Amino acid sequence: MAFFEVKNLSISFGGLKALDDISFEIKKGEIYAIIGPNGAGKTTLFNCINGIYKPNKGRILFKDRNIRGKKPDKVAKMGIARTFQNIELFNNMNAMENIMIGRHLHMATGLFRGAFLWGKNSFAGKEETSHRKKVEEIIDLLDLQSARNKFVGGLPYGTQKQIELARALALEPELLLLDEPCAGMNAEEKQDMIFWVKDIQDELGITILLIEHDMTMVMDISDRILALNFGKTITEGTPQEVQKHPEVLRAYLGEDDGECAA
Amino acid sequence: MDMKRDYYEDVQFFTSGAITFWLSTLVIGLTLFPFVAKNYYVYVANYMAINVIVVIGLNLLVGYTGQISMGHAGFFAIGAYGTVALMTHAHFPFLLALPVAGLIAAGFGFLLGLPALRLEGPYLAIATLGFGITITQIIGKIKILGERQGLHAPELTIGPWHLNTDRDFYFLLIPITIFLAVLARNLVHTKVGRAFIAIRDADIAAETMGVNLTFYKTLAFAVSAFYAGVGGGLYAFVLRFIEPELFSLFMSVMFLTMAVVGGLGSMMGPIAGASLLALLDLQLRNILGIPYIGEWLEALSRNYFSITGVSNIQMIVFGSILIAIMLFEPLGIYGIWIRTKKYWKMWPY
Repeated sequence: MAFFEVKNLSISFGGLKALDDISFEIKKGEIYAIIGPNGAGKTTLFNCINGIYKPNKGRILFKDRNIRGKKPDKVAKMGIARTFQNIELFNNMNAMENIMIGRHLHMATGLFRGAFLWGKNSFAGKEETSHRKKVEEIIDLLDLQSARNKFVGGLPYGTQKQIELARALALEPELLLLDEPCAGMNAEEKQDMIFWVKDIQDELGITILLIEHDMTMVMDISDRILALNFGKTITEGTPQEVQKHPEVLRAYLGEDDGECAA
Repeated sequence: MDMKRDYYEDVQFFTSGAITFWLSTLVIGLTLFPFVAKNYYVYVANYMAINVIVVIGLNLLVGYTGQISMGHAGFFAIGAYGTVALMTHAHFPFLLALPVAGLIAAGFGFLLGLPALRLEGPYLAIATLGFGITITQIIGKIKILGERQGLHAPELTIGPWHLNTDRDFYFLLIPITIFLAVLARNLVHTKVGRAFIAIRDADIAAETMGVNLTFYKTLAFAVSAFYAGVGGGLYAFVLRFIEPELFSLFMSVMFLTMAVVGGLGSMMGPIAGASLLALLDLQLRNILGIPYIGEWLEALSRNYFSITGVSNIQMIVFGSILIAIMLFEPLGIYGIWIRTKKYWKMWPY
């Protein structure tokens, strides 16, 4: 049984085939990367897995259960978390509260127990405290102490990306989808991010599906890579194999227009 | 300074000595108020408190969840009629009729929340506006609700306590208001409130973190409608007489205005906004009584502004105040408060 499997997935918007017959498999515990030029359909694929888009055809299996067509919150409940290419944080909350949203599914406080937050020993009081401790562990892991009590809207871009990662981790997912975790970061921030992604794989045992344009990062950390272009699979394999594939080179380096994405 | 001793500090109510002090002062002040104030001002305070309840609820919906409602007078009407009808026809005691009527309003809130799942911004405003207009028309046709003639509120007794005067009612109303305000505040600081804010700030991200949009959006409508319903039930006993025309579109717009002027998405904002605008609404009628200025304003309004010949200067002053607040502080009274606090912290620099 495959841990995560996409089979013959297709989606089109009007006449445009954004994804055309995509199939791949991810083993538990590996880092699997998806690469491809802009508009190749990478984020669309994430949105399909997540339930934000409804694919026209194909299957998405997570631990042998079909998740195609499930709503995003149900997908999250099954243990799949994600980050976004364009940061989607809750700007009017501080970092702690943002990450606490990741704990949402693990908390049981409802309307009534929440409204009757009478003191530390009430149900809601206890739960708030214990989950904040959990969040603090994640804050420590990602070095976010200085941002904890600040509104995230005003924080530097790199820090916001980290908070998104922290929020996804707070969900305690089995599969983590990272949409360009290094985009817009400087060299130092990239190094940190690469370090954390490896850490998440090694220490937390979370399987990672990754979209990234930064080739050094992709080649460095991925176990296997899927290359897409115009919604179609170009090739799949280990970093070495994919790197040498002529069509990948053509898609990335171009033949006549000299476009460079490396 | 920033040493964390306990995570409960993040959510606890009395965050500092100063807050404890000011809240206790407020409670003592509210307790003493009816003994020093004239009866009319106790009535004014009751009117303000009811607006505070409704606007706290509305703010949970508009300020925290980011959904709009132009139909809160509808829920207010359901609460008012529900409470009175349950007491006169079903002989419920007041303290049972009030929450039951609130729950009926919440039920309607849930139903109105369903279209809200598909509608946003101005479209949702129109849908809720339609609800607000329709509900009073329907109430005006129902026989046991008094049709067009309206209903008289029954005598109010709670156990051995007969509440005959505004002062008596004040001592029932103010604790209920404080209680509901604290509940709302707690809600905002726990899981449900966080989910509301998440939906407002980035709904797709909230959904991928496991927040069920359908559930929390309809829940926000229901909770908000509950507050409006309870406010309406209490309002029936402040006026002692209710009729369909009371619950107009203008009332819905006023509630929304109070929430915005107070400051959306804050706890003190709606309390301040509702108090101030309710007070202005009642007190600006006295503006013509001020010596010299009153006469001058009246002449001004008769000669230049009024269409019908009736003095309308209070509306003009009211509107000007709204424009001024929004112009100088888009975050409303809450924004002014934040700025003042910052200024005093930095003073004298």
